Amino acid sequence: MELVISLAIGIVFASGIWLVLRPRSFQVLSGLMLMSYAVNLFIFVMGRLWVDAAPLTPPGMTPDPAALADPLPQALVLTAIVIGFATTALYLVVMIGSRGLTGTDHVDGKEPEL
Amino acid sequence: MNLPWLDHLILVPIVLPLLVGAALAPLTQGWHRLKFWLSYASVLGMLATSIALITMTDGGHWQDGMGVYLAANWSAPFGIALLADRLSSVMLLLCAVLALAALHFTRLRWGRIGVHFHTLFQFLLMGINGAFLTHDLFNLFVFFEVMLASSYGLVLHGYNAERIRASMQYIAVNLAAALLFLIGTALIYATTGTLNMADLAARVAVLTGEELALFKVGAAVLALAFLTKGAMWPLGFWLPTTYAAASPPVAVMLVLMTKVGAYIVLRLWLLLFSDAGGAAAGFGQDALLYGGMATIVFGAAGMLSTDTAGRMAGYGAIVSSGTLLAVIGYGQPSLVTAGLYYLIGSTIGVAAFLLLIELIDRIRTPRSAMLALTMEAYAVEDTPDEPVGRGVPAAMAFLSLAFAACALMIAGLPPLSGFVAKFGMFHALLKPMDGAPVPTSGWTLMTLIIVSGLIAVISMMRFGVRTFWANAGAEAPKLHRSEVAPILFLLGLSVVMTVHANSLFGYLDRASADIHRPATYIGRVLTQPSLPGPATAPANSATSNPEAP
Repeated sequence: MELVISLAIGIVFASGIWLVLRPRSFQVLSGLMLMSYAVNLFIFVMGRLWVDAAPLTPPGMTPDPAALADPLPQALVLTAIVIGFATTALYLVVMIGSRGLTGTDHVDGKEPEL
Repeated sequence: MNLPWLDHLILVPIVLPLLVGAALAPLTQGWHRLKFWLSYASVLGMLATSIALITMTDGGHWQDGMGVYLAANWSAPFGIALLADRLSSVMLLLCAVLALAALHFTRLRWGRIGVHFHTLFQFLLMGINGAFLTHDLFNLFVFFEVMLASSYGLVLHGYNAERIRASMQYIAVNLAAALLFLIGTALIYATTGTLNMADLAARVAVLTGEELALFKVGAAVLALAFLTKGAMWPLGFWLPTTYAAASPPVAVMLVLMTKVGAYIVLRLWLLLFSDAGGAAAGFGQDALLYGGMATIVFGAAGMLSTDTAGRMAGYGAIVSSGTLLAVIGYGQPSLVTAGLYYLIGSTIGVAAFLLLIELIDRIRTPRSAMLALTMEAYAVEDTPDEPVGRGVPAAMAFLSLAFAACALMIAGLPPLSGFVAKFGMFHALLKPMDGAPVPTSGWTLMTLIIVSGLIAVISMMRFGVRTFWANAGAEAPKLHRSEVAPILFLLGLSVVMTVHANSLFGYLDRASADIHRPATYIGRVLTQPSLPGPATAPANSATSNPEAP
C-alpha cells in the first residue's frame, strides 16, 4: 500500500510541477491545485498508514496508542485544505482580472514576441 | 486563579489587529476617516504593547527574559506556545514603527482607494506579529498564510495592469513556497512526532540514522520556504518586480516581510542545529553562508543594472537580506548582534526610500496620472485636500536631502545607522571568539559587504544626479505634511539609532545571547505550568457568588 500511495503522490506532484512551468495562467493554476492535493495526501500519510483505526478514543475505553491512528496530521490536513482552497480561489480572481485588463492569459501579461 | 494580567500582553499584538481588522470590514468607504483613525489607534496600541514587552523582557519581569503564553491553557508540547523574548519584542517594535509610518503615509490618498485597505493592512500586521511570537511550526504556517493572503490583496491595491502582472507571479511563487512549507513541516512531524519548537529542539539531539536523514530533508525543504520569503539567491527573483509594482505603503510592509523569513531562519536554525544539536549540529551552515554571499552579489549586480528607483530599493532589500543570511550562517554570536542592528537599520532605510520614491516621481509627472485614474475607477467622490497652502516649503530641498540620507543609510556610510551596523559587523568579523585567525570566508564576507556598499553608492548617486541635477524641467512638486512626516520619522529613528547605538547594541547583545542558549529556552517553554482549571480550583470562586438582589 505504501508503494501505491507514494507513487500516486509522486505522479500527481510531478504533473503539478510540469503544469506550473507552463506559460498559460490557467495551467499554472491547475498545477498549483494538483500540487496542493499531493501535499495534502502527503501530510495525511505522514501520520503513517492505518487500517481500521479510529483517531479518537471511544468513551470508556482505555487509550491504547497502538490501536489508534494519529489524529494530528488529520487536523493539520484540514487546515491545509482550507487555506489551500482560499488562496487558490484568490489566484483565480487575480487571473480573471489579469485576463480582463491585459487581454491575454499569458503569465507575463503579454504574448511572447515571435 | 488567573494569569497575571500583564502576561496577556503577549497576545495583544495578535488579537488587537484581528479585532480591529474585523470591525473595519463592514464599514463602507463613506467612513474612511473613521477607518483610518481606528486603524491608526490599533497600530499605536501595538507600538505601546511592543515597548511594554521590551521593558518587561529586558527588565527582569519574566524569568530568563522570556514570557511564555500557553494558548487555551494547554501545556507546552501539546498546545500552541507563544513566547515573547528580547528578539521577538524588538521585531514587534520594528513592525509597529514601520506600520505607523506606512499608515500615516496612506492618510491622504492610498487609504481611500480600494474598500478594504485598512482591514487587509490590519490582518497583515496580525500575520507578521503572529509569526514573530508563535513557537509552533504549524501555527507559524497559519500566520504565514494570514500574512501572505493579506499581502496578495495589498499588492493589488490600486489595481492596474502592472500590479496585476506582478502579483500573479508573486502569488504563484508564494503558493508554491507554502506547499514546500507544508512538506517540510510534515516530514519534521513524521520524524520527531512534535511541532512545538522547544520540544523539537530537545528531540533533534537524539535523532540518529534514517530518522536524522529524513529530518534533515524536512528541515531543508522548510528552509526553502523561508528563504523564498527572505529572497535568497536563487529564490528571490520575484522580489524586485513585486516591490517596484506595489504601492509605496504596501512596499514598506513587504520589506519587513522579507525580514520575517530571515528572522525565522535565525531562530529555527540556532534552535535545531546549534552546537547542542547532537548529530545534526551545523547542518546547512555553509549553504546559508555561501547562499547569503551569492545573494549579496546578485543584489549588488541588480542595483547596478537598473535605473528604476523601485527596483533599486528591491535590490537593496535583497542585499540586506543576503548580508543577514550570511551573518547567520557565519555562526558567531557577536556577529549576530551586529547583524540584528543591521536588520533594523537597513529595514528602516529601505522603507524610508520606498516612501520617498513616490514623492520623487512627482518631479517627473506633477500628479501621478495612474493614481488619478484609479481614484476615478473607484469613484472616490471628494478629492483629497489640495496640498496648496498646507504644502511643505522647500520641497526640492527636502526631497534631495532625504534622498541623500536614505542613500547613506542603504550604502552604510557615516554618520547614519548603516555605518554603525557595518562597523559593528567588521568589528565582530575581525575578532573571532577564540582568538583564532580570521578565516577566508570572513575576509570574503567583509569584501562583499564593502563592495556592495560601494555599488549602492554608485547607483544611488547615478539616480540622484539624473533626478535632481540633470533634470532641467524639474519643478518643485506639491508635498503634503502627512506624506513628509513618515519619512522624517523614519530618518529621525535612524539618527536616534546612531546616537543610542551603545544601549541598543547592549540590548541586542542580550537578545542574541538568549537565542544562543537553546537549553534555557527549551526548559522555559516545556516547564511553563498550565493554570488549574475551574474544576480543580477552590470552590470559593466568583461564579458561585450570585449578584445581590
